Amino acid sequence: MNGDMTERDEPTGALVRPYAVTRGRTRPKLEIALEALVETTQRGRSAGAGKGGHGREHQYIAALCDGRLQSLAEIAARMHLPLGVARVLIADMAAEGLLAVYEPTSFDNNDAVGTELLERVLSGLRRL
Amino acid sequence: MDFAGSDASPRGMSGRVTSAKIVIAGGFGVGKTTLVGSVSEITPLTTEAIMTSAGVGVDDTRQVPGKTTTTVAMDFGRITIDRDLILYLFGTPGQTRFWFMWDELVRGAIGAVVLVDTRRLADCFAAIDFFEHRRLPYLVAINCFDGMQYHDPEDVRDALAVGRDVPVISCDARNRESTKQVLISLVEYVLTMRRHRAAAHA
Repeated sequence: MNGDMTERDEPTGALVRPYAVTRGRTRPKLEIALEALVETTQRGRSAGAGKGGHGREHQYIAALCDGRLQSLAEIAARMHLPLGVARVLIADMAAEGLLAVYEPTSFDNNDAVGTELLERVLSGLRRL
Repeated sequence: MDFAGSDASPRGMSGRVTSAKIVIAGGFGVGKTTLVGSVSEITPLTTEAIMTSAGVGVDDTRQVPGKTTTTVAMDFGRITIDRDLILYLFGTPGQTRFWFMWDELVRGAIGAVVLVDTRRLADCFAAIDFFEHRRLPYLVAINCFDGMQYHDPEDVRDALAVGRDVPVISCDARNRESTKQVLISLVEYVLTMRRHRAAAHA
């Protein structure tokens, strides 16, 4: 990341063009669903502590998802970043092994995995 | 490529970490965010997507001449079912013309809740059409704002011309128990449909 980014106080701001933080890239290295869960890896934690030359956005995401699962949508909302921008950043970090990305279970197919998960969702809702 | 690294789980979770989502649709001001907020463990968050020129041709941008980007906002909430299973509730964007976002919203979803205000029934037509076209299971929840029910659910079913099998229920979107019941009804309905289909293919 360049010097301008590491000197900024805020991860984002309304005065910053959204895709500036991805250096203009709009295509993520990995397709990530809205509700896909993200968690900081061991490596991501050490990289954050050691100031591995990453931008503030990377550090913010690593801290946000350290020890707690956060979806792409949550990360984007909490950073006030458009979804597409957060997706590019997360995909970059996942490719570097700094984040683990857990894909959601799709219910489009009528398979046993989906049915079992639905039963878990149902009992979870009843317990609320 | 599998990015779900083995060192990612400091809490030693047993099962596969995964998530699921339910879509909450309905016209502007019908109470989608209220419904999400009544049951979510977090204050509903807003996430934004930017439609750039790539979306032109898919979405109708003729109404805003010269405009090449549009921001679409969605409110959502979260329910932790288990430590390795999280359910998200996504409200659809206010304007139904932002179809590019609806595609992403319904992909892989459990199903949808169509929240209805009986004084403005037509507001939910587009959502129902969309879900039927995509074969996404949905139910109709009539939001009774002030405890008053304006219409019988069966009358609403007829007015919306939805099938006999689609659940049509009344709810109070502000009430946690009521919202819980709506979500439970939807998941039960989806499970029943899946079992019927599985039996038909057996």
